[in-house]
Amino acid sequence: MLNIMIVGVGGQGSLLASRILGSLFASAGLDVKLSEVHGMAQRGGSVVTFVRAGQQVSSPLIPKGEADVIISFEESEAMRYLPWLKKDGTIVLNTQHILPMPVLTGAAAYPENITARMREMGAKVVAFDALEAAMKAGSPKAANVALLGAASAVIGHSREEWEAAMRATIKPALLELNFAAFEIGYQNK
Amino acid sequence: MAKKIMLGNEAIARGLYEAGCNFVSSYPGTPSTEITEEVAKYPEIYAEWAPNEKVACEAAFGACVAGARSFAAMKHVGMNVAADLLFTASYTGVNGGFVMTVADDQGMHSSQNEQDSRHYARSSKVPMLEPSDSQECCDFVKIAYNLSEEYDTPVLLRTSTRVAHSQSFVETTDRVEHALADYTRTPQKYIMAPANAARRHPVVEERTCKLIELANTDKLNRVIDNGAKIGVIASGIAFQYAREALGDQANYLKLTMVWPLPTTLIQEFAASVDKLYVIEELDSFIEEHVRALGVECEGKALFSPIGEYTAEGIRAAVLGIPSAQVFDQQDVPVRPPVLCPGCPHRGLFYVLGKMKLFVSGDIGCYTLGSVAPLSSMDTVIDMGASVSMLHGRNIMRPDESERCVAVIGDSTFMHSGITGLVNAVYNQSASTIIIADNSITGMTGHQQNPTTGQTLKGDVTAAVNLEELCHACGVKRVRVVDPYDLTALESTLREELAASEPSVIISRRPCALLKSVKHGKPYTIDADKCKGCRMCMKIGCPAISFADGHASIDASLCVGCDLCNKLCKFDAIKGGAV
Repeated sequence: MLNIMIVGVGGQGSLLASRILGSLFASAGLDVKLSEVHGMAQRGGSVVTFVRAGQQVSSPLIPKGEADVIISFEESEAMRYLPWLKKDGTIVLNTQHILPMPVLTGAAAYPENITARMREMGAKVVAFDALEAAMKAGSPKAANVALLGAASAVIGHSREEWEAAMRATIKPALLELNFAAFEIGYQNK
Repeated sequence: MAKKIMLGNEAIARGLYEAGCNFVSSYPGTPSTEITEEVAKYPEIYAEWAPNEKVACEAAFGACVAGARSFAAMKHVGMNVAADLLFTASYTGVNGGFVMTVADDQGMHSSQNEQDSRHYARSSKVPMLEPSDSQECCDFVKIAYNLSEEYDTPVLLRTSTRVAHSQSFVETTDRVEHALADYTRTPQKYIMAPANAARRHPVVEERTCKLIELANTDKLNRVIDNGAKIGVIASGIAFQYAREALGDQANYLKLTMVWPLPTTLIQEFAASVDKLYVIEELDSFIEEHVRALGVECEGKALFSPIGEYTAEGIRAAVLGIPSAQVFDQQDVPVRPPVLCPGCPHRGLFYVLGKMKLFVSGDIGCYTLGSVAPLSSMDTVIDMGASVSMLHGRNIMRPDESERCVAVIGDSTFMHSGITGLVNAVYNQSASTIIIADNSITGMTGHQQNPTTGQTLKGDVTAAVNLEELCHACGVKRVRVVDPYDLTALESTLREELAASEPSVIISRRPCALLKSVKHGKPYTIDADKCKGCRMCMKIGCPAISFADGHASIDASLCVGCDLCNKLCKFDAIKGGAV
């Protein structure tokens, strides 16, 4: 069973990333379950999407301590979901910060040195500015695909298979841009 | 036959299509909304948004009596609104098949309570099916229609957030068209006056007995025999958690139908194992039935009646295997949902907070007006309660009515606010009711409603005019203000609060997320002029942060609504061109 979590802030576009993964694993002949969050949390709240692939997937949720990969669209969100990471799991994170309301109002402080602290605890972390990578590719909206590019080094599958999964889920006009973002992300692996 | 990954809700829509469903009417509610949105993509099915779940179910039931296969979807609390129809439709039975989906929200991801809707099936004496993945969502709709027509009963289909909003494979088939069944006038079946109803009640009891016979066969409910000593009775998403946790170390009685429950099948299953567990989220619904049959089982003594279950929790409780968790939970600031940048509700709640008013709140995006730093709400209970509860308060504390308002959204007002307004007029409380009209049903993801002038399928239609409606209800004082205009908003509020009769203020500006809404250029803050007074922080805009003694604006989030600029006394906020 392969367990991948996509975490971030409501409205960041995690649904597309999970659908690309779903298409990738379905094409590989695996059973797949994706679990999404809709409704209230989408208004800037913390959101998590679970992606599971294997011979037979029962629960759509990933148990704590069993995520192979956590793809985080925001640095502190990776820290929030750390209990789900398995012992040798990998975190692929966007170093971008989106300040939650308690931090904006001064009621709480944004955690410091998140990436370094998670590494000290023994987590493997691949960290880069996915927003910058996406801008280089041509649009800030491709940050999700840049993160997938970096995660692909851990998840496996050939570039052809990844591109086929993107073709199945992304509008043709936006494909080249997303392929470029994927490649820039992959270079950060 | 094609195989496709589908959301549970999308699969229910597919099941409706394949079952030849003719008519769908619903009110949006997380986690049920996408069913009706997906149905709208099939031209073969008539589909509409109704103003509330009661109207939706009655419309669908009217279509059913006319001979159609009909359907309504709602969230669990929507079932409370629709229940009036359900209990008597149970007596009449159906003409065409009639199926209602009720989506529970264990864990309250987007709800005000986590009620267990299975109790509705038992108390209304209507069968309820519970799918555990997308394939079953599609298949069970078809089973539900067959049961409905064969047993002459409405059928409930219960989902939960993790079924409705998870994606898994569905094998699809073609649609089988359903021609309208003949209608002949049968007052003894469809006029539920006491004499007729008294004759129908025994029919209902007899039907339940027949359904229990069906439940005891393996036609619906399924035994999975792994030759294990542990037995598990489960249905829906709890079955998936249990199967992940216990695998082939348990035998399973997987229930398709959670009401009525089997009797002999449960006794036989229990006798085949050494130890029996009932694994069900929320209430001890199945467990109590099992115990009433004289069968010993483990249930709520091990598993909580609160929130969602997990596979690791079940594994630990049944097998004693600890969780694989290695990393401890870290201290990370909470990230609650917030009103979006440019949200028209922000100005409204800023003014209500500034005036220190008692705010009787309601259900929608604007419930977020209760969150810091706006913190401008006192009560939120159910759809429409803002208006009716304010009336009760004002009658009991008339001297405080000048400090109290109700806030209700346009869609929620159409749902259940109108009758409360009529009550305030009829019984003359000095209630000031604010309709936060953002021209859409926001929180559930932008659905049309009777005030927007568009149907579910995107066609132009007649729009209810809120001002005329309020006037027609007998409200003499109806005002319209733009919530971006804080000065006008405050002066209007002062005038209407002072009035000794009911008044309505329509706070009108479209949702900032609507595609038709044009955004301004991002604003910037001149760090030299900013005195660090934090006035702009009082509106809780996610685009504004504060560090090193002055505020700054995130250009990627700001939509140029100008609200912060209106509050800045030092001319430090610049709009537009930069």
